Amino acid sequence: MDTLYTIITYSENFAGILNQITAVFTRRQVNIESLNVCSSSTPGVHKYTITCYCTEETVKIITKQIEKKIDVLQARYYTADEIYIQEVALFKLNTSRILVEKDISRAIRQHSAKIVEVNETFSIVTLTGLPEDIDSLYISLDKLGCVLQFVRCGAIAVTRGRRELLDEYLEKVNS
Amino acid sequence: MPNNKITGAEALMRSLEHEGVNTLFGYPGGSIMPSYDALYDHRDTLNHILVRHEQGAIHAAQGYARVSGKVGCVIVTSGPGATNVITGLADAMLDSTPLVVICGQVSTAFLGTDAFQEVDVIGVTQPVTKWNFQIRRAEDIAWAVSRAFYIARSGRPGPVVLDFTKNAQTTLVDFEPQKVDFIRSYLPVPQVEKKAVKEAANLINNSQRPLVLVGQGVELGNAREELRLFLEKANLPAGCTMLGLSALPSDHPLNKGMLGMHGNYALNVLTNKCDLLIAVGMRFDDRVTGNLQTYAKQAKVIHLEIDPAEINKNVHADIAILGDCKQTLVELTKYIEPANHREWLDSFIPYDNLENTKVIEPAIHPTEGPLLMGEVVRRVSELSQQKAVLVTDVGQNQLFGCRYFKFTEARSVLTSGGCGTMGFGLPAAIGATFGAPERTICLFCGDGGLQMSIQELGTIMEQRAPVKIILLNNNYLGNVRQWQYLFFNKRYSFTPMLNPDYEKIAEAYGIPARTVVERADLDAAIEQMLTTEGPFLLQCAVKEEDNVLPMTPPGANVDEMMLEIE
Repeated sequence: MDTLYTIITYSENFAGILNQITAVFTRRQVNIESLNVCSSSTPGVHKYTITCYCTEETVKIITKQIEKKIDVLQARYYTADEIYIQEVALFKLNTSRILVEKDISRAIRQHSAKIVEVNETFSIVTLTGLPEDIDSLYISLDKLGCVLQFVRCGAIAVTRGRRELLDEYLEKVNS
Repeated sequence: MPNNKITGAEALMRSLEHEGVNTLFGYPGGSIMPSYDALYDHRDTLNHILVRHEQGAIHAAQGYARVSGKVGCVIVTSGPGATNVITGLADAMLDSTPLVVICGQVSTAFLGTDAFQEVDVIGVTQPVTKWNFQIRRAEDIAWAVSRAFYIARSGRPGPVVLDFTKNAQTTLVDFEPQKVDFIRSYLPVPQVEKKAVKEAANLINNSQRPLVLVGQGVELGNAREELRLFLEKANLPAGCTMLGLSALPSDHPLNKGMLGMHGNYALNVLTNKCDLLIAVGMRFDDRVTGNLQTYAKQAKVIHLEIDPAEINKNVHADIAILGDCKQTLVELTKYIEPANHREWLDSFIPYDNLENTKVIEPAIHPTEGPLLMGEVVRRVSELSQQKAVLVTDVGQNQLFGCRYFKFTEARSVLTSGGCGTMGFGLPAAIGATFGAPERTICLFCGDGGLQMSIQELGTIMEQRAPVKIILLNNNYLGNVRQWQYLFFNKRYSFTPMLNPDYEKIAEAYGIPARTVVERADLDAAIEQMLTTEGPFLLQCAVKEEDNVLPMTPPGANVDEMMLEIE
């Protein structure tokens, strides 16, 4: 059965590694649901948070194929209950619709979203939360016909372990 | 202060020498000219073999690497020079062959501008290399070259590409050779887990019907002796993959032959009757397993492997022993108990007898009709005292070659296994003559594959490379024709082929040649080929519509082998 998995990967900060990682998914015919790449807490190391729907058998193979890349330090996969996931979204809304449709501000309040910009033509709302919270706010606002633009950053996650798994790995290989 | 700066191109030459390179296969061109200019001063130490096409260079380097165990080295120009090596990269990637390929590249200022002979080589070669790197600064040369060789040869070997920009070749730089032997993100040989070894030994000790699958990993790990001791301690019967054929002498009593689609009957049938599979340095390719859903489902599986990504990729392993088989086989041998497995070993005999009568004898000892590929292969093997290196192209020549050639020495099979690259044989054989100059190199190829890289006869001519070319000419693309016969209602869509006069071609290149049509002339012709110094082309006019048997049809169960075709 297909499950949502989150793969957390660390690599050296060399050019072209993202390409190598995404190619593993393409070859296995697995679509990436979300992808976030940024520098990690270790200098010179990049962190990738990738989510995808597939079977556990497939995610195991994908994770091993990613870790096999020479400049990839570590790759691990997790199910949603093994990590804390958050996502950020921006909603650009039509200000004149907000003024006439009271349910819009109600939806924003219900989701504890923040209004960060208001002007005569548009307003910007931001929400940090679980991917499903963001889905929920989007569906509400979309029904109310006020969304001009919408963007989300893709899932980012930390594991439940006390430290970065990578630190343990680096201590081991450097010793 | 004296000025000790050298050009990047000179730094490349010194880096190659520092890595112990003494043979290069290549072809010059615009973006690599500074390096060729530097090479001109290193001709005494770096023997450059000028091929006739870049694909020939990389297959030659593969041949060199596979017979010698060293890293094969290729140097070509940018753009088409680089794209012409891609088939060889894919081939080396699938067959775990250590290569370092240096491609010229346009200067960094031109990168991304669609400059003349600019191709995104890093992007294009990424899926078919173990590692690739673009050298943009001369300061990176020593590090990049050493890292490339370390990655190519360590762990599970593979091809590496260095994309060498022209400005990095011409810039002056202070040079000091480097030695990379550690990369923190890359652990070439996993730690051996004692617990897994003991559990595996326990399974082996309790097995009634164990079967060992021997792959090229045993050759790559130089673990032939360790394998033999392992097998002999508990009388474990073994089958070899195509690339693993010379990992165990062919006449060893525990060697039950070749695995796979055209392998030996007993092995394939008994794969689905054994109670334990012990895979050593092999990757359960579909040409070995047939239908995975029914493959050895009754058996437990132990997988000895250096590459963690191979575990559970195709076949689930009950126990995985990660590590270098030169070490893991020794560890495992310590814990297994002597056994004779007489009954199990005897169960191979009736299947062997059946295959012998129905397939092998008619193929190697025919008494009438045209020459057969099988008999030619077997006679060449026998008359070269089973000590020669078998090089094959791809197709029926390869399958008959691998079925009927016999091996006594290590690193004696040179064939394109994973990629199935037609045109591989001739250049690979050339490379083998440089990798193992003391050995006899016998190439079996068809009329199709020979013509895919026939320009390399020019390299043979120039180098006097002593390749014994046995052209098994059936005027067909024989293996495709066999499949058309079996699976496409005998519709021979573009498989018959009009051939040139190969003796005349050989003559034009100054290569002695002979054609054999009659069975009675075969031995004398082979003797002439083997005793003639240097290269030789032996054309054998073989039966046009011969079939390789036995055969597991693609996707069929491993034990559903056809011994004959109605």
